[in-house]
Amino acid sequence: MKKSNNAAAAPSQGIIRPTAISRNRLWPKIRQNYELYLFILPAVLLYLVFKYYPMYGVQIAFKDFRASKGIWGSEWVGLEHFQRFFEAYNFWPIMENTLLLSVYSLVFSFPVPILVALMLNQMMAKRYKKFVQTVIYAPHFISTVVLIGMLNVFLSPNSGLVNHVIAFFGGDPILFMADEGWFRPLYVLSGIWQETGFATIIYLAALAGVNPELHEAAIMDGASKWKRVKHVDIPSILPTIIILMVLAVGNIMSIGFEKAYLMQSDLNYGTSNIIPTYVYELGIQKAQYSFSAAIGLFNSIINVVLLVTVNRLAKRLTETSLW
Amino acid sequence: MNALFRRKSKGDLTFDIANYTLLTIGMLLILYPLYFVFIASFSDPNMIYSGEIWLLPKGLTLDGYERIFADATIWIGYGNSLLYAVVGTVISVTVTLLAAYPLARRDFIGRGLFMWFFMFTMFFGGGLIPTYLLIKDLNMINTIWALVIPGAGSVFNIIIVRTFFQSTIPDEMREAAFIDGCTNTRFFFSMVIQLSKPIIAVMVLYHVVGFWNGFFDAMIYLNEESKYPLQLVLRNILVQNQVNSSMMIDVESYAAKLRVTELIKYGVIIIASLPLLILYPFLQRYFVKGVMIGSIKG
Repeated sequence: MKKSNNAAAAPSQGIIRPTAISRNRLWPKIRQNYELYLFILPAVLLYLVFKYYPMYGVQIAFKDFRASKGIWGSEWVGLEHFQRFFEAYNFWPIMENTLLLSVYSLVFSFPVPILVALMLNQMMAKRYKKFVQTVIYAPHFISTVVLIGMLNVFLSPNSGLVNHVIAFFGGDPILFMADEGWFRPLYVLSGIWQETGFATIIYLAALAGVNPELHEAAIMDGASKWKRVKHVDIPSILPTIIILMVLAVGNIMSIGFEKAYLMQSDLNYGTSNIIPTYVYELGIQKAQYSFSAAIGLFNSIINVVLLVTVNRLAKRLTETSLW
Repeated sequence: MNALFRRKSKGDLTFDIANYTLLTIGMLLILYPLYFVFIASFSDPNMIYSGEIWLLPKGLTLDGYERIFADATIWIGYGNSLLYAVVGTVISVTVTLLAAYPLARRDFIGRGLFMWFFMFTMFFGGGLIPTYLLIKDLNMINTIWALVIPGAGSVFNIIIVRTFFQSTIPDEMREAAFIDGCTNTRFFFSMVIQLSKPIIAVMVLYHVVGFWNGFFDAMIYLNEESKYPLQLVLRNILVQNQVNSSMMIDVESYAAKLRVTELIKYGVIIIASLPLLILYPFLQRYFVKGVMIGSIKG
């Protein structure tokens, strides 16, 4: 009804500037759907306060923040905090720790779910497959605290299962959780243990979408299972793999805080001190707000640049992209 | 069909055997630690210490559980976690559903703009410190609100729900209802919500698990032990090795204390995971569904 009114009204007014036309058409629609704006309002307010206001507050990274003066009243110091961080004795170790932990996680964890999904997809015994899936999805629901608790009990030097096995084969107990050298392997392996199963879901969904005729044709041509996995399954899920790869590479500097923090101790600090834990330590524990906000901002900027670059690269190379 | 079966060559047979063997080994590697925690939680701690427990619990005892049940902090944590999970889930799921619906409507003017407004926060944020200072300025420190309000309605969830609405609520249905004089509000509550039970289940479970398992927000925003959620209580026991001394009053020697501590750790893992274990059949089904919807356009 309203639409036809507008259409009738527009020509009668003669020549109208484009903005006026669109405004004429927009307002009735907006008014008609005013409830939708009320629906979205709570989320918009929450985002303004808890997401956008902190972006405004990030200016303390360029200020000498004093709680008594507030964000606005504190003095500008320019890039002083950034410079201090770049020149700090622990700048390179922290960067190295953050990057290596991320890269190792990516390189070793990324391919595993793909392999497992391809294997599960070839499993013809339905009930057994279902059972395997039920088991391997389970660790996803374990909390990080419990996961690290389990690492602690299993790797305990005098009572842990792993050291019992080592002792059984005549080895000496290893102080896994207190050893710098073991931090990264343990971080990555426990991640694989916890997330592999759940990460297969997305690949299994992609595999379920593979045209069965392709497989039938391949069978008729005498292709073995191995060949069908290689020449039918893998090419079919390649777009999914690429998208997830882009996401993973883009997030390489946004490694999570929780797990590293819970695994951290004075004894493995040399490898476990990464940007997020350092920001927490300086900011929340030592109240050096401006300095730690600067480190956090530095990290966010790298993230944005990485994500945009990787996405652009993927777009050019494969015509698959995130946006 | 018969031809297909006869064609099972030697190579395919080897493939199948290798495939089943490897997957079974992998499955056992995931299952065994979980199983071990379970049997160790009611075994004699001396036998855990000497490494005698492999497949079956030995020296059955409920000592660990008795000590845990007698300790108030764990139950207070349990209660707090439950409260935070319920309140947080209700708030966040409501915000998510309400925000996702307009974004699913093609005739919603400003849809693209709002989408960008939400999406932008996925790529850039103020970070931990400015957020912390804000929560502090709002006097939300040490209240439940610091845990349940700031993260309500995540972009990721809004997009999943929006995708679901777009694919299950046909435009024609809305147009028909509007011709009959139905308003947006009525349509949303009496049609959209009714048709969206699966996605609501996905959202509720996502949130319940998230709140139940989270500890970071509680760690930075809460400073009174009586408000700690379960995961924070667990962290003290499992990671920092601080078992409440009231759990150990009758244990004398240091060595014995160490052993009882181990036993308590195993028991606590089981007790903390119990609610999710009970929910697991639903969790599995709906989380898988969530991943599928999310993967359509993420």
